[in-house]
Amino acid sequence: MMLIRDVFLSIAVLLSLSVFAQEQMTFSSELNKTRYQSLVEELRCPKCQNQNLADSGSGIAVDLRELVHQMIEQGKTDQEIVDYMVARYGSFVLYRPQHSTATFLLWYGPFILLGIGLLAFVVVVMANRKRRGRDL
Amino acid sequence: MRKLLFFMPLAVFLVLGVVFYLQLGKDAQYMPSALVGKKVPEFTLVSLQDDQVYTHKDLPNTSYLINFWGTWCPACHVEHPFLMELANSGVPIVGIDYKDEKVLAEQWLEQKGNPYQVILMDEIGNFGVDMGVTGAPETFVVDRSGVVVYRHQGVINAENWPEIKGYMK
Repeated sequence: MMLIRDVFLSIAVLLSLSVFAQEQMTFSSELNKTRYQSLVEELRCPKCQNQNLADSGSGIAVDLRELVHQMIEQGKTDQEIVDYMVARYGSFVLYRPQHSTATFLLWYGPFILLGIGLLAFVVVVMANRKRRGRDL
Repeated sequence: MRKLLFFMPLAVFLVLGVVFYLQLGKDAQYMPSALVGKKVPEFTLVSLQDDQVYTHKDLPNTSYLINFWGTWCPACHVEHPFLMELANSGVPIVGIDYKDEKVLAEQWLEQKGNPYQVILMDEIGNFGVDMGVTGAPETFVVDRSGVVVYRHQGVINAENWPEIKGYMK
């Protein structure tokens, strides 16, 4: 019994770690706070393999969060902040990749495959129908 | 034709197998630097040794290394003796004392020796961010025209030095 409770407790602690990773910050408006939160969730920590800035406790993530905070308060737009990060850390930091020729297949590949699948489906159904018509 | 279709899954499996096999053993931590091919970003930093203000214009005119280090960084202790060797063999190294305290850095240099031509203090880490640094030690190779040609994350040692040296032109 104790063991199960311990496991649940440690899971609860682990889940709340992301909350601890955030520093106390003051924002001049609610909008800025919301923008900050969505930005640090969308930007990837360059030190980590798969964590966003919001969740990471690594030194560089703490610094970059502070930078995002400063830039928002200085009146920079979201796009300017994202460009700033990409210029320094590459498109690696984007969890939502930019639309470009390099990411064309990434964005539209699934739809192209879906199209091919639909086409194949229609062709096969038509062929079957034709054959059945002949057999009758 | 129909029979060939049956072998499609096998073919797909083989292709994927080869792709995955080639990825094995690769360093998953490796991340290309966004700075390669660009000039060293502009900066204004204070030197550790003589409290003079340095800008990007004061950087060496030859090919050199920019090494980010800090006394808080365990791997930098490991790297230091090899940097001393490089300095003794005439490789110019610009040190960036990254997010460190001046007193601790001075102690470190006194005890272990100074492999750097000049050491600039980046206490807040802003120049580190401009260089796309994620930690220390991290080393950049800058060529004669002031363009960053290579970035190495982690310790430089006798094993990986030949590759890094190849970029110094």
